[in-house]
Order: sequence, then structure tokens, then C-alpha cells
Amino acid sequence: MEAYLVFFLTLAGIYAVLALALNLQWGLTGLFNFGISGFFAVGAYTAAILTTNPSPNHLGGFGLPFLVGAGAAMVAAGILAFAIGLVTIRLRTDYLAIATIGIAEIVRLVFMNEAWIGYGVRGIPGIPRPFSPDPVVFLGVVAVLLLLVFLALERLRRSPWGRVLRAIRENETASLAAGKNVLRFRLEAFVLGSMFMGLAGSLYAHFVGFISPEAFDPLYGTFLIWVMLIAGGSGNNKGALLGAFAIWVVWSGSEFLTGMLPPGLSTQASAVRILLIGLLLQVILLWRPEGLLKEERPALEKTRKK
Amino acid sequence: MTIPAGSLLALDNVYGGYGGVDILRGVTMTVQPGEIVVIIGPNGAGKSTSMKAAFGLVNVREGRVAFEGRDITNWRADRLVKLGMGFVPQEHNVFPSLTVQENLEMGAYLNPKGMRARMDKIFGIFPRLAERRRQAAGLMSGGERQMVAMGRALMAEPRMLLLDEPTAGLSPLFIEQTFERVVEINKLGIGILMVEQNAKQALAIAHRGYVLAMGENRFEDTGPNLLANREVAELFLGG
Amino acid sequence: MYLADFLQLLVYGVISGSILALGAIGVSLIFGILRFAHFAHGDLMTVGAFCALAAVTGLGLPVIAAIPFAILGAVVVAVGIDQTIYRRLRRTAPVILLISSFGMAMALRAVIQIIWGTQDRVYQSGIQLPYRIGDIVLQPAHVWILAGTALLVAAVHLFLQKTSLGKAMRAMSDNMDLARVTGINAERVIIWTWVMGAGLAAVAGVFLAMDTRLHPTMGWHMMLPIFAAAILGGIGKPYGAILGGLIIGVAQELSTLWLSPAYKPAVAFAIMVFMLIVRPQGLLGGRR
Ligand SMILES: Nc1ncnc2c1ncn2[C@@H]1O[C@H](COP(=O)(O)OP(=O)(O)O)[C@@H](O)[C@H]1O
Ligand SMILES: [Mg+2]
Repeated sequence: MEAYLVFFLTLAGIYAVLALALNLQWGLTGLFNFGISGFFAVGAYTAAILTTNPSPNHLGGFGLPFLVGAGAAMVAAGILAFAIGLVTIRLRTDYLAIATIGIAEIVRLVFMNEAWIGYGVRGIPGIPRPFSPDPVVFLGVVAVLLLLVFLALERLRRSPWGRVLRAIRENETASLAAGKNVLRFRLEAFVLGSMFMGLAGSLYAHFVGFISPEAFDPLYGTFLIWVMLIAGGSGNNKGALLGAFAIWVVWSGSEFLTGMLPPGLSTQASAVRILLIGLLLQVILLWRPEGLLKEERPALEKTRKK
Repeated sequence: MTIPAGSLLALDNVYGGYGGVDILRGVTMTVQPGEIVVIIGPNGAGKSTSMKAAFGLVNVREGRVAFEGRDITNWRADRLVKLGMGFVPQEHNVFPSLTVQENLEMGAYLNPKGMRARMDKIFGIFPRLAERRRQAAGLMSGGERQMVAMGRALMAEPRMLLLDEPTAGLSPLFIEQTFERVVEINKLGIGILMVEQNAKQALAIAHRGYVLAMGENRFEDTGPNLLANREVAELFLGG
Repeated sequence: MYLADFLQLLVYGVISGSILALGAIGVSLIFGILRFAHFAHGDLMTVGAFCALAAVTGLGLPVIAAIPFAILGAVVVAVGIDQTIYRRLRRTAPVILLISSFGMAMALRAVIQIIWGTQDRVYQSGIQLPYRIGDIVLQPAHVWILAGTALLVAAVHLFLQKTSLGKAMRAMSDNMDLARVTGINAERVIIWTWVMGAGLAAVAGVFLAMDTRLHPTMGWHMMLPIFAAAILGGIGKPYGAILGGLIIGVAQELSTLWLSPAYKPAVAFAIMVFMLIVRPQGLLGGRR
């Protein structure tokens, strides 16, 4: 039971980092990212390649320390985000949504087909946990990093930079007139958010110890995070945290429920859970679009529609 | 209850705007059957907003809009068309990828019976459109587009037509022609409410006019009287 | 490389391009009128394909005769979703529709999986004798796909050009506010847009399953090339979508001369990104 609790909390913490990162992109800046799994995977693979011991099966491993891997994971995800953002950030945000889905799909294809990078579908095993193999220690690492990410994002949100992002989201033309380089601010927010997604990927790799392309299905990497943020309250970092934990409870709890299904149906259990979460998302969008916690400032719904 | 009996269109003390902010702060105006009524006023006065409020495109928060005595406050635009009102917005008033003829057909969307005859009537008013019926409206000149837009509105056989700056951006020759057409349309028995920047010419063909500023009525009088009014002339007619 | 190989790939490209085109027309129309990228469109294809499967296995129909069931199923699902969910979200905040449709894609796929499971299926097992035209080999299914697409594209063309509903769709795509002012009942036209988009998607789904196989994720994996096709042609432009679909389909097949076939989606993506850089409004000048 205790082992399960540690497992549960660690993954919840990693999801919370992702939800916070998405909140920076969507909640604060109004940028779609439907390719979270792509940035997450790039981070996970980067960390895995840099921190595992040398192996003939895949690129690296270089046996580097955890923090180097985590830093590189952020940089790699950031570079990817920069490249795609450069092309799409000046267009309607729908294009960013489409392009990020494409990036996630291509990242997955590359890791699946370029066996020299990550040994294809067989994946990279033996990714070490930092400091100690004890999962409780790693939970501590995740908790500390989550706290740092949260504090950093809260600070950013209150900073002049964060205020410009909000102004851009709510009324692009007015802040344009105020002489701000809108595209640049949006690109910065997109890249920074994606870097945190890369960080979450590295945490995931170290936690699970083994990664393969299958782990980066758009569902786990992307859909669940969106539900978390929307449920918690987009625009609000505390909401992102709350949503991540709440939806993770619902998601994990639904596993117990579907476990009680008759044997014939239990093979469809994951589909039943996805359906439930998919419907939950619609219910939230229809009846409580602001989520559990409102953004900590008044009226935005009307202005958002441009 | 200040809506005068027998009026075609009436706005009674209308408040409303975009989002939460009131742009209109008590606008009142009427159009009697057969009249041409012109609205003038500085940029941003709320002239276009008044028209949109009459046409259900801007939320009327307070006050009433009535057509032929019937309360139509905040009715949906397509219902107003069915009722007999037509609207030519200030900009983007044609379907650019549709041909001239298709633009006109859209005007008769609600009531396609006898469309051909009506279209011929409109080609009679705007012969230029007949020549260019197969051309995409987006490729036409500003003056021609304005004709398409008016023709489209007329296809629904309205009894009341709202025109928002029909001469904006046109050459003097086209301006002259447009006003002639407006008079011609009015002679068919169609009431006209028109916003105009070319105030002097517009008032010259108008039965009555309103001066709007800051979302409120400032003056109202017959066309000639407004033209003769020194204050109006100084403030709004460029001396 | 031999000319025959090249021609064969070209034919395959036109076939998969046809399927993309049918999907992309719907995406493009919906984007043009409702102003959002409909992420559940691929899953409407899946719904259509599986409804046809139900008719094939349940009623013993040949797959072509099952197409009306596919269309009916996808149309009911699409209009149902629009009227219960999208319609309300449209009124408040249109961008939320992107998120909602993304969730819908997941939910639809889950429903399919719950009913039919995750194993691959086909409409008809056994080998069918291919036709040979010179060195080019054509399966009977391919002939159906090509002929069916040609027929549907012609029907869409006539519908958009000749019927007043079709013209109203084009008008709404041009300018929604003006369409309302003109007296067009926007909500009604929107429903018909879904009928048309979902109907075409259903046929595309059946064709895709005839060409390959049925699987709950089959439609989702088409989203990237379909969006690429719609963007390439000019989003909001149905004719552009057809053109874009064919170009993407042919490019994907020809790319297998140099690249692993696994990278077909990457080829579509590369073309899309290239287009977004040099001409974001697409070949036929749609919206951006
Ligand atoms: N769609 C809109 N959303 C918000 N404000 C608007 C919109 N259209 C006009 N306004 C504002 O309403 C005021 C009145 O505009 P309008 O009625 O267009 O003036 P005009 O008298 O020049 O036609 C202006 O301050 C304008 O900025
Ligand atoms: Mg105006």
C-alpha cells in the first residue's frame, strides 16, 4: 500500500509539472499544444541516453549525472519547440495545435524506427534513479523539482513578462499598440513551457527506469494533461496543481472500478476509462469552463474569443 | 412608451454595446414609411452600432426596437429579414468568393419564389451588375461591390433598408450615382435609414436626419434644416 | 527505378490521396464555417468504417452496399455531438471547440474499442484477383475507391455550385455575419455542413478500411495528412482540400522510393510546414 502511494504520488508530481507547463502555454498565453507527448518523449530519451551506462543497443549512454540529463532534456525539448514555434506562432492558434500533434507523431515515429537512437520498440532499459534506487528518495526529488517549477511559474506570472502574456492573450492588438513584440513573447512562453515538459519527461524516464515509444501515446502524454488543466482551472497555477492531482485520483480510481467489470469487459477497461475521462472533459467545458479554481483575476471569457 | 404610432422602424432609448461596455447611451430614432432618414456624426459616435443594434447584431441592454409597431428587440438577424428588413453593413458586405448572381441569390435565400423576376428588377436598377453577373464579387471595384450589396439586400424585398455608409471610399462620380440609386429605391416605397459621411449630399436627399455623438442623440431635424443649422454645420459638416 | 514502379506508386498515391481528399473536404468546410480545426474528424472516419462493418457482418451485405450505413452512423454521431456539445461551446468561446473535439476524438475511439475490441479486422477475407493494366496492378477495392471518390467529388461540386444550400455554405464560409444578415439560417446550414462533412468522412473511412484494415486508431492516424491536405489546399476551400489530398497522397507514396514507409506522416508534415512558411493561406488562398 505504501509502495503504491509512493508510486501514485510520484506520477502525480510528474503530471503536475506537465500541467503547470501547459498552463504557461495555454492558460497564460492562449497557445495550443496538443503534442505534449512529443516534448515529453524528447526529454525522456535525452535524459535516458545521457544518464544510462554505455550500451551497444542505443545511442550513448554516457553515464552522466541526473541533473545534466535533466538540463539537456529541457534544452532538447526547447529547441524542438523553438523550431515549430518559429513557423506557427504567427498564425492562428489552430495551426499550432495541428503542428504540435504532427511533431508528437513524428517524434514517436523517429524513436520507433531509428533503432540506433533508442533501440526502437525494445526501448532503453536501466535508466538509473539519482542518489538512491529507493522510490521514496525519488519522490522527494520530484517534489522538490515540482515546487521549484511552481514557484518559478508563479513568479513569472506576476512579473511584467507574465502580465504582457496575459495582455497578449486577451487583446492582441492593444498590446501590439503598446509596442510589445507579441510574437516574441508568445514564442518565449511556448519554448519555456515545452522545456518544462522535457523536464517532466526526464523525471518519468528516471522513475520508470525503462522507456519505449509506446509510453508516449498521445493519450497519456497529452490528453490527460489537458483534462487536468481544464479541470483545475486554466490560467491558475494552483489550479493546474489541483487538477493534476484530482484527475490523477479519478484516473487511478477508475482503474479500480474497471477492475470490477465482468471478465469479458475487463480487456476493454482502458477504453472505458478513456471514455469516462473524455466525457468528464465535455461536462467540465459545458458546465464549469473555468475549472475548480478560477484564474486569479476577473473576466476573461468574453475577450478570449477575439 | 414613446414609440410613435405608424412608424416603420423605431429605436426607443436604446442602451447597448460590445461585451460589457455600453456604446449606445439612449439612442432614439424613427423612420416613417416612405422616408429617407440619414444619421451623421463623428467617427466612433456609435452610428454603425445603432444600426447593428436595430438589426440584432449588438445586444440591446435597455430600451426597445420596433418594426412596424412590433417589438423586435434582440431578434435574430435572419428573422428580421423574414419580417421585411434589410441591412447593408459598412464593410465586408458582399460574399467575395460568390459570383454577383450568387450574391443576389443569397439575398432571396428565405424566399426563393419568383427570384428571377426580382433579379431582373435589380439588374434594372444596377445595369452594371447584369454585365458582371458571373464575376466573383471579391474581384470587383468598391463601387460595384456596393451595388452588389444593395442588390443583395433588395432581393429579399424589404420594406425597410439600413445602409451603413454606402458611399465610403467611392469616387465622386460613384457617390453621386449611389445617392441617385438610393432615391430610386426609396421611390419603390422602401424606407431608408442611412449612415453617411458625405453628410451634405446625404442630407440633401434625406427627409430627416439625426446627429449622433458619443452614443447619444445630439440633433434631429429635417434634412434642409440640419443643413442650415449653424452649429451642426460647424461641428459635423466641416464648416 | 523503373517507370512501371513509379507509375504504380503514382496510382497508389492517387488512391490514398482520394481518401485524404474526402476527409479533408469535411475538415475544410467545418473550418471555413465554424472556424475551428475539428480534431475528431479522423475518428468520424473510424465510426463510419465500423458502422459499415456492422452492416457487413450483421446483414451480410457487400461492403459497397454497407456504405449508406456508414454514412448514417457517422452523420448521426456528428450531428448529435454538434447539437449537444459543440453548439453550446460555439456560443461562449470558439477556441474551446478545439479542446472539446480533441476529447471527442478520444471518446469516440474508446467507444469503438469497447464495442469492437482492438484487433485488426477486414470486411472481407480472402484474396481478390487484381486487375492488370500493362504493368500496373489494381485491386478491385482500388477501383471502387477511385470511382467512388470521383463520383463524390463531382457530387460535392454540383452541390456547392448549383444548390442554394451549397451556395449558402460557401457564403457562410466567406462571412458568417453577413450570411445571417442576409437571412440565412446559420444553425440549419451548420447542421447540413456536419451532415456533409461526416458523410464524406464515413465514406473515406470505409475506403481506408477497404484499402488497409479496420482498427480503432485508423482514423486518428489520418488526422495529420488530412490537416496537411486541408492546409496545403487553403483551409476553408473544399476544392483546395481535394487538390491538397491528392498532392499529399502522391507525395507520401513517392517518398517510399527514398524513405521508410513509416515516415509517410512525416512527409505530410514536412509539406504542411513548408506551406505554412511560404504560403500559409494555401494553394487556393484560404484563411489563415
Ligand atoms: N466589434 C466591436 N467590438 C468592440 N467595440 C467596438 C466594435 N465595433 C465598434 N466598437 C466601438 O464602438 C464605438 C462606436 O463604433 P461605431 O458604431 O462603429 O462608430 P461609427 O459611428 O463610426 O460607426 C467605437 O468606440 C468603437 O471602437
Ligand atoms: Mg461606422
